[in-house]
Formats: sequence, C-alpha cells, structure tokens
Amino acid sequence: MNKLARFDWFTLLLYLVMVGVGLINIYSSVYNAEDNSIALSFMQKQLISFGLGVVLIFFIQFFDTRFFERYASIIYLVSIGSLLGLWLFGTEVSGAQSWYNIGSFSLQPSEFSKVAVALALAKHLGDFNTQIERTKDYIGAFVIMGIPAILTLLQPDPGTALVLLGFFLVLHIEGLPSFFFTMLISLFVLFISTLWIGMYWVMVAIVLLAILYVALQSKRKRKKIVFLALLATILFSGFTYSVSYIFEHVFEQRHRDRFNILLGKEVDTQGVGYNINQSQIAIGSGRFSGKGFLEGTQTKGGFVPEQQTDYIFTTIGEEWGFIGSSFVLVLFLILILRIVRVAYKQKTTFARVFCLGFACILFIHVAINLGMVVGLVPTIGIPLPLMSYGGSSLLAFSIFLGIYLRIAYQRMD
Amino acid sequence: MRTRFFPILIGFFGIVMFARLFSLQILSDEYGDLSLKNSVLKQNVYPERGYVYDRNGKLLVSSQPMYDLMVVPKDLMSFDTLDLCKMLRLTKQEFNDKLAKAKRYSLRAPSVLLGQISKQDYATLQEKMWKFPGMYIQRKSVRAYHTDVASNILGYISEVNYFDMETNPYYQQGELIGRQGIEKTYEKILRGKKGVSYLQRDKFNRIIGSYKDGQLDTLPIPAQDITLSIDIDLQEYGTKLLANKRGGILAIEPSSGEILMSVSTPTYAPNLLVGRDRSANFRILKQDTLNRFLFDRSLQGQYPPGSPFKVLNALVALEEEVIQPNATFTCYSGHFYARNQFMACKCTSGSINNLNRGIYNSCNTYFSNVYRRIIDKDNNASDGINTWHSHLSSFGLGNFLGYDHPVGQSGYVPNANFYNLWYPNQRWRGATTVSNAIGQGEILMTPIQLANVVAAIANRGFFYTPHFVKGIQGDFIAAEYRTKRFTSISKEHFDPVIEGMANVVKKGTARIASVRGIEVCGKTGTIENFTKINGVRTQLTDHSIFVAFAPKENPKIALAVIVENGYWGGRWAAPIASLIIEKYLTGNVERSWLEKRMMEGSLAEEYAKVTSNKPFSINE
Repeated sequence: MNKLARFDWFTLLLYLVMVGVGLINIYSSVYNAEDNSIALSFMQKQLISFGLGVVLIFFIQFFDTRFFERYASIIYLVSIGSLLGLWLFGTEVSGAQSWYNIGSFSLQPSEFSKVAVALALAKHLGDFNTQIERTKDYIGAFVIMGIPAILTLLQPDPGTALVLLGFFLVLHIEGLPSFFFTMLISLFVLFISTLWIGMYWVMVAIVLLAILYVALQSKRKRKKIVFLALLATILFSGFTYSVSYIFEHVFEQRHRDRFNILLGKEVDTQGVGYNINQSQIAIGSGRFSGKGFLEGTQTKGGFVPEQQTDYIFTTIGEEWGFIGSSFVLVLFLILILRIVRVAYKQKTTFARVFCLGFACILFIHVAINLGMVVGLVPTIGIPLPLMSYGGSSLLAFSIFLGIYLRIAYQRMD
Repeated sequence: MRTRFFPILIGFFGIVMFARLFSLQILSDEYGDLSLKNSVLKQNVYPERGYVYDRNGKLLVSSQPMYDLMVVPKDLMSFDTLDLCKMLRLTKQEFNDKLAKAKRYSLRAPSVLLGQISKQDYATLQEKMWKFPGMYIQRKSVRAYHTDVASNILGYISEVNYFDMETNPYYQQGELIGRQGIEKTYEKILRGKKGVSYLQRDKFNRIIGSYKDGQLDTLPIPAQDITLSIDIDLQEYGTKLLANKRGGILAIEPSSGEILMSVSTPTYAPNLLVGRDRSANFRILKQDTLNRFLFDRSLQGQYPPGSPFKVLNALVALEEEVIQPNATFTCYSGHFYARNQFMACKCTSGSINNLNRGIYNSCNTYFSNVYRRIIDKDNNASDGINTWHSHLSSFGLGNFLGYDHPVGQSGYVPNANFYNLWYPNQRWRGATTVSNAIGQGEILMTPIQLANVVAAIANRGFFYTPHFVKGIQGDFIAAEYRTKRFTSISKEHFDPVIEGMANVVKKGTARIASVRGIEVCGKTGTIENFTKINGVRTQLTDHSIFVAFAPKENPKIALAVIVENGYWGGRWAAPIASLIIEKYLTGNVERSWLEKRMMEGSLAEEYAKVTSNKPFSINE
C-alpha cells in the first residue's frame, strides 16, 4: 500500500476546516469597522499559532509511536513540573495564575497537561501488569488524573480541572468497575436535586427509598440488607448535607448564581445572567440561515463577552444561523466518532487508550462549551476546541491530533 | 471494555444539541426581536415642519432650532462647573439644583439639564462640549413667528399627549402636533411624514454606524408650505384699531370666500408660546377669564346680530313676496305690535318708510311689520317661521359653515319646534317673536357668519365656504372651498336691499363710514346685551356692530366688525370697518384723525364696571 495513502487525510482535512471556520468567526467577533487594527493583531496571533500547530503536526509524524510510549512518564512529569512552576513564575490573568509569559506570547501549561495525562494513562493501562478492574491499578489511574486536576483547580482554573477528570470516561470504557459509574450518576442526581429541591426533602426521599428497598427484599439475609440500606442512607444523606454545606458556605456567590440561573431559580439578565442571556439572544437571532458574515448585530455590538474565545459559537450561531451551527456541531461529532472508531481498531492498549483519551477530551470540551452557550450547562470557562481564539489551546489540540495521526498511520503497518 | 458506551453518549449529546439549537433558532420568536432591541437603534427622521405665508407671500411662521442640554448623571466625570455655569448664565446653586433634579429622575436615563437654549448660547457651548463628559446637546425644532398678530389664526404646536397617541398611532412620545388653529387643521400637510433610520449600536449604547447600510431605512416625506388667504398687514391694522377694546373683525373676499383677516382682541403675540417661558405664559393666557385671550371672538363669539339682521329679513320678505320694495309702513317713533306692547324706534313720529328708508334709517317699526308678515303669511306661524328658518340656513346661519379652522360656534336660529316648546298648542304668532325682526330675540350669530352673509349679499345670492388657506405648495385647496353655494333668495331681490345698504353710508346711520371714491354698503347695529352679576341679570352697554362690503359693484371685501359694549354701531364698529375698507382698497388711509381716535380709544372703563361691584349706568 502506498505510504501516503495510509495517512488519515480525512481527519487532517477536518482539522483544517475547523480551524478555518474558527478563524473566520474570530475575525468577525473582533471586527471593528472603524479601527480594524485590533482585529488584525488578533488574527495575526491566531494565524501564528495555527502555523506552529501545522508544523508540529508535521514533525510529530517523524517519531515512532513507541517513542511516545517510552517517554510518556517523562512528558507527564515535565507537565506536572510546568504546572507546579506556575506558583513561582506564572502570571495572573483575571484571577487565575495559569500562564507563562514568553515575550508577547503566553502559554497555558494546563492545556498541554491534557496531552500528558492522555499519554501517561495510556502507558499505565497499556502495561502488561495493569488490569483496570484491580483496585491498585485503578487507583493508580485516578492518581495520574488527579494530580494535574488538583493543581489546575488550585490556580484556580476549575474548568480545565473538570476537563482533566473527563478521563474518567476512558477508564469507564476500558472496564472500570461499574460501581464508580453508578456512584457518579447517583451523586450527580443527588447533587442536582439537593440544589433544586433542598437538602431536607432529598434526605426524606433517601430514607423512604431505603425503607422501600428493604421491604421489597426477601426475608432471608434481612440483617445484611438492613445494614446495607442503613449504610447507603447515611452515606447519601451525608453527601447531600455536604453538598448543601459546600454550596452555601464554600462556594462563592458567583458560583451559586451560575447554578441558580441554570436551575431557573434566578433571572438576572443584567448581572450574572448576562452572559447566558446575551449568548442565547445572539444564537437565537441567527434564525435559520443567519445574518451573514460580519452582519451579526449582537456580534458587532460586542454584547457577548469573550466572544472570540469561549463564546465563539455565538458568532457562528448569529451570523451563520441554524445551518452554520448545525454544520459545526456535525463537524465535531464526525471528528470525535472518527477518532473513537480508529481507537477501537488499535492493536495496542496504549494506542487505543490514547485515542480514546483524545476523543474524551474533545467531547468534554465540546459538550461543556456548547452546552454553556446554549444555556444547558452552568458557565464554565473552557474553549471550543480548534475554533476558539487562544494559542495554547490550539497548539495542545494540534499536538493531540499529531500524535493521533501518527498512531492511526502506524496501525496500518 | 464498554465499546458501545461512548458512541451512544456522543449520539445522545448530538441529539440534545440539535434539539436545543432548533428550539433557539427556528422555533422561538423571542430572540429575533430581542436582538434588534439590544443592538439596533430605531431612530425617527423628521422632516422640517412646513412654513406658513400670508396671501402676499410674507413669511409668517417658520421653524427654528432650539437646543436642550442633556445630562446622563451616571456618565458625568469631574469638570469645570464654574465654566459651564458662566456659559449658561446660571449660578452655581441653580446648576446644582438642576443636576440634583436630574439625578433624582434617573442616573442612567438622559434628562434635560437646561431646555431651549438659544442659537447664540449653543454656538459657544458646542465648542466646549468635549470638556463635559456625560452631557450632550439635543437639537429640537420649534416654531418661529415673524408677526406679532394672528395668533388666533395660526394656533400653536405642542408635544403629543396620551390621548393623541391613543387615537393616532402615527405619534410617539415627545413628538409635536398642531394643537390649535391652522397648525391643527393642516397638521398632516405641515408635518409631512417621518422616516425611520436604523442604527447599529454596541454594548455601551454607542452608535457605531448605520444598520445594514440603511437598506431598511425609510425616507421622510417632506412637509408642504401653506399660503394663507390672510393679508397680514390688514390683520395687523385691524388688531391696532381694536386695541384696548374687546371685539372681533372678520373680512372675506366675496369673489373667492378667502378670509382676509380674522381679528380677535385682546390678543397675544404668537412668540409667547415658544421658548423657555412657554408654559408660564400659557397659564397666564388661559387663566384670564375676563379678557379670554384664547377665545377667538371672530369665530367663537356668539352675539345677537342686531340691526344688520334686518337686511336678511328684508331679503326673506322679498323672496316670500310679502312686501314689495316700495311698500310703506308708518312709524310713530315706534309701534304697538300687540296690546300694550310697544316697540320703540328712533324714527321721528309719522315717518313713512319704504324698504330703502327702512334700511338706512334702521326703522324697527318697518321691520317688525315685515317680520310679522313673513311669519304669519299663511296664518300659520309654524310654517312661516320654518320657511324663514330655511331661508336663513341657506346663508349658513345656525351652522358651523365648514371653514378650515378648528374653533367655532354654530350660532342659533330658532324654528317652530323651539317656540312650540315655549308656547304649546300653537299659542304664538309673529308678534310673539317680534324681537327676531330686529336681530335681538333668540338669534345668535358669530362675526364670521355675519361677514359671510354680507359676502353673499355682495355676490347677489351666493357665497364660497370661507377659508383661511389660499394655496398649499403644489396642491389645490379642497374642492369644497372652490364651489359656489347659492342662497335661497333670487338674485333680483338683492338690488333693492343693497341700495338701502349703500344709503346707510351715504345718508343713514353710518355716514362716518363713507370712504372717498368708494361706494360702501353697510348696516349698523346696536345690540342690547345682558350678563349676570352676582346672580342678577344686568344689562350692559350695547355692543357696537357694523357689517359692510365695498365697492358696491365687483365687491372686493365684505366684513363684520363687533366691538363689545361699544354702544351704537356708528361709534366704533362703523369707523373701524371703513378704515379697513379704505386701507385694503386704496392702500393708505386719508382720515388719520379717525384712525387715531379708533386706535387710542379705550373701553377699559366700560369693562371695569362689571367687576367693580358698584352700581353703574350704561349707554352713556
């Protein structure tokens, strides 16, 4: 088979199209009819990152997959080091100490840590001695995920931390005991219902459910069942209580507001609800075919904050309408599904887990970002992959893609 | 390995997102409009209000810019207060008060800090506006009047109120509307039609250009200018002649129905209702219930017509063939029209009057007989008076006439029903209502009706609906003002009556009204009138009235003059009318002594009697 034909040109094309869509909409978001020099400087920076990304993808193709497997631990440690280094050398931007300033560019090491974690997890699971069902091994995986997540949470950058916890999906796919997933879903339901209907009602519901559970069981082993139900009741009630406590006493008002708005408890379109309201107005006003390139009134007026970064999808929604936003959504779905498909084809666990990790990170990003701009998910500041303005994010995803492309190529050997 | 878990999750997410996008962008109508509210400013573009000219092309009303200094308290930054105060000629205290008021109203919404700044102040202020962030100047267009008279004709404009906006969706808060006079009648023409322009703004509410390059904008339709039929010099002259007297003058060009002048005194200068003191002035004008500045005596003043009404009775009698012009009645300084009921007359006892003498001597006896013959023609007072009523109606009496000014009164002419109410079972005859013969009784007329009757007589049987507007830029005036309206009196009956009216001036009651070289036809009147003082019906000094047209052939002007409590017709009304005729037809006035007497003569003492709370005598 021809060497070039084995390359995953389709995914590369998807990448180029998506970055292109991103560039067009970044331009529209920062466009200013009177003085366009700012817009041009934004474009310049993003184009440099794009060029750098393409160069990196190209270079990565010269490394063997085994190289990444071998050096995964070192890359991971370097990444942890760069996160730790932020305490000493980092620059604070809007409250979070997440950046290194290098000349006129700034780097966000947490973006790159996603690649590092993916590599490290892949290496960990790919080890012959590792079996994810085993307590020792899944705890090891949790630690690999947990350390950078905690470090980014402390910056504080909860958005990226949440994304890093998204690797949990990979572990689940790889066969993590279902107890964790069940637990996670239960706690999530408890969390939402506690915020929604209040702690006491949730506790009453837990107790009632426990009694119902005991009553429906056969009378044999009754002692054990009662004990289990009691334990679950205490645990869940404790969780509910702590959710309530954390929400009321640990969360800052802005965090509380974000949840309250999403749960429909508060409507404040001028204050904390401004972002959600304005981004929905922008997307909604695009109607079926959009207002046209540079014609978005919300976009031109700068009503949506951070429109070129986290809220880039509002520009797409307003200027390209339902057609444009569906197109972008479809692009992401195809990209992720394609990566998942390639992942399942891999012979080695390392290659499969890395690809799944890439797909999971993409998915978490897209789901949270799009969910946020259309008002389904609370405001969590993470960029839309490949499209949002921001060099670190684009470079990190380019590296991700580069390694993925190399792995996909190697598969055909 | 859970291979199916992830694709299912992705698919689920895809479906949810599609549904959400579909509901936001396709199903919901809400967001399309919200975006326009947010980011697109709809701004009205107003055409300049039309100008008003007089019949000779003199500019009467134009528009002038006025400037409001607006403030948005939230946006204020520190600035040189003293500098601003100096420019606006305010003390610091006054300025602080105004600013505090604006702050109380709203911190974010703009309010007027100082309204109606003149052009001169604006010029200096505008240069320095950059020094005062949070303030800006808003241009407004107000009326500028180039005359001190005719406020009753021109009317005024003011901001629309709730009612205007409810009844006419064209208007929005803060817009101007013609409130009175010509401004009201011709509102649509003078206003034009506003256009709309859409502007793009940003999140700070700043305008950043036009929206979609103005594709959605509509252009305003320009207003049209109006030429009035008024002769402003004549209007001014009439106003001067009526100075210090209450009364009205209305003059019509008989050949066209154009109103040449419409004076009501006391009056006010139209510029009083423009600028900073507008509301204070308006309050003063509105609250004066004695002078009644806002009451147009020439259109709204309803008076018993008095002796001028006799010529109408003469015309009806001739048409109904109850008299011939040469028929005579003998006057014994009056006559008994019923048992023990005597009507006095100024004729020397034993005068034998025909129609001509009856008119120029204003013989009450003569017209009393004429009237009774009309009413009792077929021995049926009801039929008689209804016939009489219908003849009078053909002259526009008891009717708003249909002229193009929003104010007016219908006057009153009684018919059979009216008297049947008062005197049931037909227990009334001509003699019962004999006061109507001499224009006292129940009849009420406005000066414009009187002038219109005279115009119809001057035209020998027809008139045009009187109107104030001669031309609308690029348009004809309405057809109703160009159509002859015929009276029910045949043409040949006018000549004997006109002959009598000519003699009124030549040798009758109004010799003072004769103008050299012009044959003036007129009729004087002296109107008894009453008021209630502290609930007691009290007679006041008679009103002085005169109606006339001139010249006798091809008449150019027909007018009615009334001077309230001016005593007999020849004392004030007739001289004033003759001066106006002289001025209008010859261009100058020879009898400057008479002019002086009229202009300087005052009836202030007469008017003071009513409010003096002391007993007083009248007609002295």
